[in-house]
Amino acid sequence: MNITILDYGVGNIGSVHNALKHLGYSTHITSNPGDIDRSRVLVVPGQGAAGDAMAALQRHQLIQRLQSYIRSERPYIGICLGFQLLFDHTDEDGGVNGLGIFSGQVKRLSGPNLKVPQMGWNELLVNHDPLGLTLGLNHPITAYFANSYYALPSDRSIIFTETDYGVRFASAIQTQTVLGCQFHPEKSGQVGLHLLREFLKKHAH
Amino acid sequence: MLRRRIIPCLDIASGRVVKGTNFVNLRDAGDPVELAQIYNDQGADELVFLDITATHEKRDILVDLVTRVAKAIFIPFTVGGGIGDLETIKRLLAAGADKVSINSAAVRHPKLVCDASLKYGAQCIVGAIDAKRIESRVGSDTVASEIRIDATSTFEIFTHGGRTPTGIDAVKWAKELERLGAGELLVTSMDCDGTKSGYDIELTGAISSAVGIPVIASGGAGTLQHIADVLKVCDAALLASMLHFRETTVPEIKATCARHNLIMR
Repeated sequence: MNITILDYGVGNIGSVHNALKHLGYSTHITSNPGDIDRSRVLVVPGQGAAGDAMAALQRHQLIQRLQSYIRSERPYIGICLGFQLLFDHTDEDGGVNGLGIFSGQVKRLSGPNLKVPQMGWNELLVNHDPLGLTLGLNHPITAYFANSYYALPSDRSIIFTETDYGVRFASAIQTQTVLGCQFHPEKSGQVGLHLLREFLKKHAH
Repeated sequence: MLRRRIIPCLDIASGRVVKGTNFVNLRDAGDPVELAQIYNDQGADELVFLDITATHEKRDILVDLVTRVAKAIFIPFTVGGGIGDLETIKRLLAAGADKVSINSAAVRHPKLVCDASLKYGAQCIVGAIDAKRIESRVGSDTVASEIRIDATSTFEIFTHGGRTPTGIDAVKWAKELERLGAGELLVTSMDCDGTKSGYDIELTGAISSAVGIPVIASGGAGTLQHIADVLKVCDAALLASMLHFRETTVPEIKATCARHNLIMR
């Protein structure tokens, strides 16, 4: 089973590739818009600045392809920026519009004595888990974060997990076809591998 | 609530893990890929690779090693040692490193930290500091006044694996690294490194309370108590010989820290 990883020049795709390979999947790494429609499962990672990321998607003519892929309920895994860009708008880089798949905003983490970026392992508090991705995991469930911004979805029913860091924020969202993670499942040890494995089991036949 | 982190550090020389005392007398401590996997399985929160004999010829060995380690572990992975340009950073990240640590080059070319942070994000750039308690307070006119050692300074930073004094105040330099765009700081006490007499709590605490980014303490761990003590003043503890020579394990360290009311993964 082949999984498509979108490489739009923002951040490291090697870790995601290694994790998927470890789970027994082959990957196809691409920046070609035409490959999106052909994806069985699409993984969009991304680190760095949101402004650069949206500009890179624009430059590779990926924006509309991504929007129609996700809206037609095809399997999508978004990690870090690949998650944040699903929302309407982010405050990063003076304000940037996202893909607008889900209604909501992306804001900067802040609080008294709060170290930003958040770097390290934090707890995932399960809100809604319709696909049962966390079944079989021991609590507390922790994952690795490296973020300065967080998503604020308007619709609470899509929130998969929440995490406390200055504020309580949506650390992951889940629908039948979308898994979006603020944390890095590919760098979250057994927990991250478990979440990816379970989501892929539902979609990668 | 963020967990305190336990980070095994693999000092690499010519493709092997080594460990010395006060930066000298290196001893062989094992195969890097094998050790990386053991620590990943033990529940280490991250892994650090420091190439202590980094030269151009040996850089290829390192890149190959990074590639092999990255395939074996699923926790964050930092690589450092002699990193001095964006091209090397790009190669190491492409090979599977999640972060790079920059030490001497940051002092020589502060702009490198800035450029790397803008290009790859602050979360990717670890500012590494080797600091030593000041014996003679000699100010240097060649150092910018904002970071120069003065009457209030306690620690000076050294570069080139601890061989070169700089005349720069460690706490001031930590703040400068944060301003330049480092997302984390790795603070090594040269006085304590390899001595097993405990981390330098004063140095680590002074830097940790001066900056708004996470601080990783390094150098001096000899007992489980030492680790719990330093994690009260910073975010993460770097460990080498205690783990490499099997004096303890990651789960044992975490259990001790948890008993000291530190929240661990």
